Amino acid sequence: MDQLTARELRDKIAAGQISSAQVTEAIFDLIEQRDTNIGAYISTMRESALAQAADVDKRIAAGQPVGTLAGVPIAIKDNMCTKGHATTCASKILQNFVPPYDACVVEKLKAADAVIVGKCNLDEFAMGSSTENSGLKQTRNPWNTNCVPGGSSGGSAAAVAAELCYAALGSDTGGSIRQPAGFCGVVGLKPTYGRVSRYGLVAYGSSLDQIGPITNNVTDAALMLNVIAGHDERDSTSISEETAALSDYLADIDKPLENLKIGVAKEFWQVEGLHNDVEQAVRAALKTYEQLGAQLVDVSLPHLEYAIATYYLIATAEASSNLARYDGVHYGHRTAEPKDYIDVYNSSRAEGFGEEVKRRIMLGTYALSSGYYDAYYLKALKVRNLIRQDFNQAFERVDCLMCPVSPEPAFEIGSKVNDPLTMYLSDIYTIAVNLAGIPGISIPCGFSENNLPIGLQIISGNFSEDKLLRIARMYEQQTDWHQRKPSF
Amino acid sequence: MSEKLTQEQVRHVAKLARLKISEDEVMLFTEQLSDILEYVAQLQKLDTENIEPLAHALPVHNVLREDVVKPSLSNDEALANAPQRDGEFFAVPKVLGDGGA
Repeated sequence: MDQLTARELRDKIAAGQISSAQVTEAIFDLIEQRDTNIGAYISTMRESALAQAADVDKRIAAGQPVGTLAGVPIAIKDNMCTKGHATTCASKILQNFVPPYDACVVEKLKAADAVIVGKCNLDEFAMGSSTENSGLKQTRNPWNTNCVPGGSSGGSAAAVAAELCYAALGSDTGGSIRQPAGFCGVVGLKPTYGRVSRYGLVAYGSSLDQIGPITNNVTDAALMLNVIAGHDERDSTSISEETAALSDYLADIDKPLENLKIGVAKEFWQVEGLHNDVEQAVRAALKTYEQLGAQLVDVSLPHLEYAIATYYLIATAEASSNLARYDGVHYGHRTAEPKDYIDVYNSSRAEGFGEEVKRRIMLGTYALSSGYYDAYYLKALKVRNLIRQDFNQAFERVDCLMCPVSPEPAFEIGSKVNDPLTMYLSDIYTIAVNLAGIPGISIPCGFSENNLPIGLQIISGNFSEDKLLRIARMYEQQTDWHQRKPSF
Repeated sequence: MSEKLTQEQVRHVAKLARLKISEDEVMLFTEQLSDILEYVAQLQKLDTENIEPLAHALPVHNVLREDVVKPSLSNDEALANAPQRDGEFFAVPKVLGDGGA
């Protein structure tokens, strides 16, 4: 039987046609069957999930009102704090960390009566593009288990694709929602920076990090955004609703945009390593939009080629500072027999962090160090401004930009782990969006010759998620890529 | 800016970052970080003379609130994840005297 969408499920549960307890049990059965092979979850929360489900069912039976995600099983990337339940960031340094509070998004999910199923695998501290940097386990792509699910929200994307939840949360610092969504054939939305509170999200690159939904379709992404968006005074970079009003992202979701102008930059096709299958699928998607009456407009993003260099200086600089908190004193791993108090830091961190995290801390520390700050970090901040200006200029002429999510479909496990720079280069299409702060969405737009999903990325201006989702939905209404599921 | 990183520099950065690294890691990171630095050196080609640095994509400012007491974690909750505690305190090895850096 095909899985219902989150929205359909919610409506059926709220109408008393399906019990949340049954649906939740069925999800845990599927996890038991499939997740040994996929590895999407680091931990599950069977007991609390079933209690939440029973509570929703009881309230519905009693005729009481329920929330917008009533009874819907949802998964959460394991870098968002869950009170009383381990939050590991897929790192040995946080393996035993049990947060004393919920992240803002977790509070909001609970307030909406969602059922929280478990915590999903990721690249350690969200640093990576394949989930191979997890310090705890491996996640496999449900479409081909020899391939990576993408990253860093690889567990969340694999869980949605393998129907081990009805929707999930991921976080996106340089493409970590959109790229795994693309690799796993599902929908991934990175909202505008500041639209969703980062309170309780374990920090990686604070000026870039943003939480967003990973779902089976665009409508469910809108439903999830309705629940998690909004100002939060505990995140000082969270944007107030006076500055940028919230929308009901579901209200007009099925209404196509008239006179849609789509920007296509010539730089998108010049990316080294752009796979032919990806280019063909994205060009075909653009054709579909043209048939729907959209106009394609040539634009230019002259600084796009500098985005990766800029990102890896800024993100690592911020990471080196953010991860200084893992000191072996307040929480997290402490080395067994420190020589002295300095060794508590040096050895606890050496034992707790994996190789990619160390590499990024080192790079960021170097970029911020005396004598190199101006040449690397400050320079990168200036180029970041040029990149943002490129996007601003483009959005004066078009409603959105469209391009691939990544240059190639999911690659084989192990094929890039020894070459960090090559791995970084695969983020070219997603990374500039984080530098500019703007929203981007990845939607399924085809398959490669090897039957691996291909993603279309749509990018729009600040706080225009309502428009972005409607544009994505236009395509989804014309195609059935999003309905295809991996076989088990 | 594209000069090769030396092993000595890598050891120095590791010290700044409070990371104990093995000699194998020194060699690995020297090579990999050199490659990455060589790649990021392309930014030097760009003229950014009159460009303002952009630390945040959106105009965010310091946010202040009224200085009133709000509920916070209890002592026990705050200490619950401590690797080692001593009553109401986080416990660490001796800092002064013979335990110094």
